[in-house]
Amino acid sequence: MLKLENISFEVENEKEILKDVNLTIEKGKFIAITGPNGGGKSTLARIISGVLKPTKGKITFYGEDITNLSITERAQRGISFGFQQPVRFKGITVHDLINIAKGEELSVMDASHYLSEVGLCAKDYIHRELNDGLSGGEIKRIEIATVIARNTKLSIFDEPEAGIDLWSFNHLIDIFLKMHQSQENSIVIISHQERILDVADEIIAMVDGAIVKRGVKESVLPELLHCEDPKNCLNCHDILEA
Amino acid sequence: MNDIAKKLLKEVSGLDEMPKGAYNIRENSKSVARQSSENIEIVSKEDKSGIDIIVKPDTKSENVFIPALVSCSGVHDLVYNDFFIGENADITIIAGCGVSTGDSCDGSEHNGIHRFFLGKNSKVRYVEKHIGEGTGTGKRVIDPVTEVIQEEGSYMEMETTQIKGVDSTRRFTTAKLKDGAKLVIKEKLMTHGEQFAESKFEVDMDGEDSSVNLISRSVARDYSRQTFISKINGNTRCMGHSECDAIIMDHGVVSAIPEITANSLDATLIHEAAIGKIAGDQMIKLMTLGLTEGEAEAKIIDGFLN
Repeated sequence: MLKLENISFEVENEKEILKDVNLTIEKGKFIAITGPNGGGKSTLARIISGVLKPTKGKITFYGEDITNLSITERAQRGISFGFQQPVRFKGITVHDLINIAKGEELSVMDASHYLSEVGLCAKDYIHRELNDGLSGGEIKRIEIATVIARNTKLSIFDEPEAGIDLWSFNHLIDIFLKMHQSQENSIVIISHQERILDVADEIIAMVDGAIVKRGVKESVLPELLHCEDPKNCLNCHDILEA
Repeated sequence: MNDIAKKLLKEVSGLDEMPKGAYNIRENSKSVARQSSENIEIVSKEDKSGIDIIVKPDTKSENVFIPALVSCSGVHDLVYNDFFIGENADITIIAGCGVSTGDSCDGSEHNGIHRFFLGKNSKVRYVEKHIGEGTGTGKRVIDPVTEVIQEEGSYMEMETTQIKGVDSTRRFTTAKLKDGAKLVIKEKLMTHGEQFAESKFEVDMDGEDSSVNLISRSVARDYSRQTFISKINGNTRCMGHSECDAIIMDHGVVSAIPEITANSLDATLIHEAAIGKIAGDQMIKLMTLGLTEGEAEAKIIDGFLN
């Protein structure tokens, strides 16, 4: 479904953020990408969604070369992206944003459904502006609701757990599992949370801009959990060097 | 009323036909339709062009429409409208002005001098929309002057909107607030081409526990220029807040000039101003939802001025 070939991303006069990444994600899969901060996970997600353009490499989505497609064109082809730090808008309401995400004018009741999905009481939020009046956790859940509303072939979430309280986090796992029931749509989640890694079909570990490990949780998780500092970890380092 | 005037009427006040209740419709410097209601009397001024709108005390939930239309070029309209709001009344005033100059190279202008006298504990919502239309080079000018005097415990909310077609506007609003009086002003403005807009407020909070909240949201496109001036004087225990939020596009220029003066230790005054282009993250977010760059920009501006 999604194929990344030799993807590199380099910022002028700075280090290479992604180094020759090769990755294939199959239809219907739930993939978790984890690894230390600065490992290139968010950059990879932004490159898939088109927010960043790779300096080298090719991306194909359902056989189409999308490397040079814009953010909009990728979104229209079925790629969604949940931001790590959701954007705020003065004057645009939660209802407006869900309508935009869904691509149609939904009734309050229909739009509210997506808020309920992320554990927000719809009547308290549907008419709220997406401004500074919303807490970090609230706007994060609304961000996730917009991705759910789109219901696209590929949904990418960048650290969806960040800023969400424990009770909501448990609910979040259920949301992802429900999305995963679809055999057609794939989910890619960047996360440090063990419980998210635990429910994913496969885990990808990224260190220093490269994929150092990929596999089912039974093979990747124990190693990751015992690795407190992958950058200086002998095993991770060896994999990276290899 | 010709078709141009009917169209302007619809755009500034939402009216397809004459409304129920009190109204006065002014077209090309003359009153063309008028009706008073049991509680709201509208009478012509005797010394100058304009009307007095007299609202009886305790009038509740009534609307009064007073749109002014300039449907041709070469008109220089000046009108004086005074509103006397009785104690405990609670009404909505739908005003607004539309100026059309067609394809003429002659301009037209409308200058409305409005004075509001709010009785004790009265409540007024004032809604005003300004628009300009025409394909010629004739300038469309609207220069409103508004003076508000609020007695104890009164509340006034002004919503003013000018979105398109007015080449030049200088708005000047003054207010004096007595004990417990509250004034809320929400201004929405978009300028384009080479338009100019100045919005100037001077508010004196003379009464204890009075408050004012001025909120301006504006968009300056093309080569247009805007100036927002807010002078707030806190003369006793009171609360004043003004906020200017502006988006600049193309070569648009916006100035925000606050002047807040606390003449009392118990006055709390705040001014906030934020001027800048549309945030890149906002565009990216909407584009990840499938909107094109142009659609995303339009949504952000529509929402901002909503």
